[in-house]
Amino acid sequence: MKHGLAYRVRRRVKGFTIYFFLTIVAVTCLFPLLWMFGSSFKTQSTVFSDMSLFPKDPQWNNYYVAWTKGGFGVYFFNSLLYTVTVVFGIVLVSSWAAYAFSRLKFPGSLLAFNMFLAAMMIPLPGSFVPLYVLVNHIRKVLIEFLASSSPFLLQMFPASFVDQLLVFVEQQLYPRSAYIFCMINVGLSFSIYILKTFFDKMPKELEDAARMDGCSKLGIWRHVALPLARPAIAVIVIFNTLNVWNEYILAQLILSGKSTMPLQRGLMVFQGVYVTQYPLLMAGLTMTVIPILIVYLALQKYIIKGMTAGAVVG
Amino acid sequence: MKIKWTTIKANLENLSFALPAIIIFAIFYIYPFLKVFQLSVCNWNGIDAFSFSQYYTGLVNFKEILVDKIWWQSMWHAAYITLIALTFQNVLALLLAMACDREMKARNYYRVIFFIPPILSEVVVGLIWQWIYDGNYGLLNHLLQTMGWDQLIHSWLSDPKTALTCVAIVHCWKGFGWGFIILLAGMQTIPRQLYEAAKVDGASSWYAFWHVTVPMMIPVFVLVSILTVLGTMQVFILIYTMTGGGPGYHTEVPVTRILASMTASSRFGYACAQGILFGLVLLILSFTQKKLSERLKQE
Repeated sequence: MKHGLAYRVRRRVKGFTIYFFLTIVAVTCLFPLLWMFGSSFKTQSTVFSDMSLFPKDPQWNNYYVAWTKGGFGVYFFNSLLYTVTVVFGIVLVSSWAAYAFSRLKFPGSLLAFNMFLAAMMIPLPGSFVPLYVLVNHIRKVLIEFLASSSPFLLQMFPASFVDQLLVFVEQQLYPRSAYIFCMINVGLSFSIYILKTFFDKMPKELEDAARMDGCSKLGIWRHVALPLARPAIAVIVIFNTLNVWNEYILAQLILSGKSTMPLQRGLMVFQGVYVTQYPLLMAGLTMTVIPILIVYLALQKYIIKGMTAGAVVG
Repeated sequence: MKIKWTTIKANLENLSFALPAIIIFAIFYIYPFLKVFQLSVCNWNGIDAFSFSQYYTGLVNFKEILVDKIWWQSMWHAAYITLIALTFQNVLALLLAMACDREMKARNYYRVIFFIPPILSEVVVGLIWQWIYDGNYGLLNHLLQTMGWDQLIHSWLSDPKTALTCVAIVHCWKGFGWGFIILLAGMQTIPRQLYEAAKVDGASSWYAFWHVTVPMMIPVFVLVSILTVLGTMQVFILIYTMTGGGPGYHTEVPVTRILASMTASSRFGYACAQGILFGLVLLILSFTQKKLSERLKQE
């Protein structure tokens, strides 16, 4: 096919305009992140004057200071702990439930499943208010219980140990587990829905064969259903990992001790204390972003799919 | 008799699979859900031991919300941000999706880049942009200065005139990747033959857009707009980190108001009443949008 010169020029210009437009937007997406990354290597005195994206004399020390004195080491570990436990918990609990809703019969199963569905449909802004009330209430009950049982404990253990135990339960064990359970609940409905629809489409023959071989229901769940549901579980893991790692508001309301805070919460605390220590803050931000970014770049195909599925369902 | 006992046992065994989920759901969703309604008719400060009969006030909280100027202002702010997101953000997403829809080698790179802001946390995005907008040390002002546009230099987030729009822009920056991905996925399901047929008929690409792309994409448009409205109306951590609702109350949105009622003024009942009213608004919004989409589908 032969085209006139005018046509080709117009085509070229059009193609160029499209690329130009896309590239401008892409730069706008990346620039704030590059800026954050670059600034994390500047000093407090050069950060406002040195406008280069990558400073000549990178201050690696910023990361050390942020990690130790800024507390980001602790926050990072906490974020990791919460993300792993919550995601593991969600996969376990939701795959049990979804398997039951899809394959096993018991009275009320439809009602229960529909309640999970309804929870996804009904918007409940400010649900953090009653959750905060609940968590606080349980804390009070727990402390009272521990106080009343302490004479009994004192008979068996030395006083210093009992004190430490009570402090540990009140300040570490309880807030952490309360947060973990709250977050498991946040991801539960969506995960059950995804897994149930997956199990519904799965052929039953394999399970029947396993049953013939004398496999228990738990065994079928473990050895047949779970391995087959791997794609659906990947979606759940991805969606919830991002969700937990990025969660802020429940962390603020439930976790008041610095030693229990995850990164998102720690960033706000740090920003509140060292208002204009931008290089350190940017180092902290970089530490928060890098793990997510690495996971994203490695699994981007699945992440985009998983996140979109999550948004469309929710 | 014996058979019955075994079915009961089987039922219990089956139930036990769903039980952990149901228990967690009951404690952390159903109980709080009911508690919201109970607290909303109470005047409770969140500190003293709660007793319903002691703190019950009837519908006082709801009546107060109706005349709460700051609350309705915050509602308007959320609507304003939503409007910007619906128009600016979604048009941008659509243009990008159209640009990427052609056979293009670099498409995947753009896809990956455009979806980076959505995977970042609101705290991270808020803190970075807060610095960019900062009046004294901000990047934006520095840029304006080097360009020689000194008259534009501004403390963006502390000026009531610009703060809300600045926040809305960041929200769009964080959110347009969503619309882009969903719209692009929708466009790629449109059969190519339709475009080729239009071309053979001598239709311009503009004509093809209006008569092929748009009609095929209506369900996707509806989906994206529902997601945009529900997501944007509930935005708050971004605002909380960037401005904290300030200056004054100029960037307050409903959820930051709920949080403030609870933490700053210790009015848990009022916070719950606000949550219920706002939840109703969201429910109505999503319901009307779904109805609209059904009607569009029928046509």
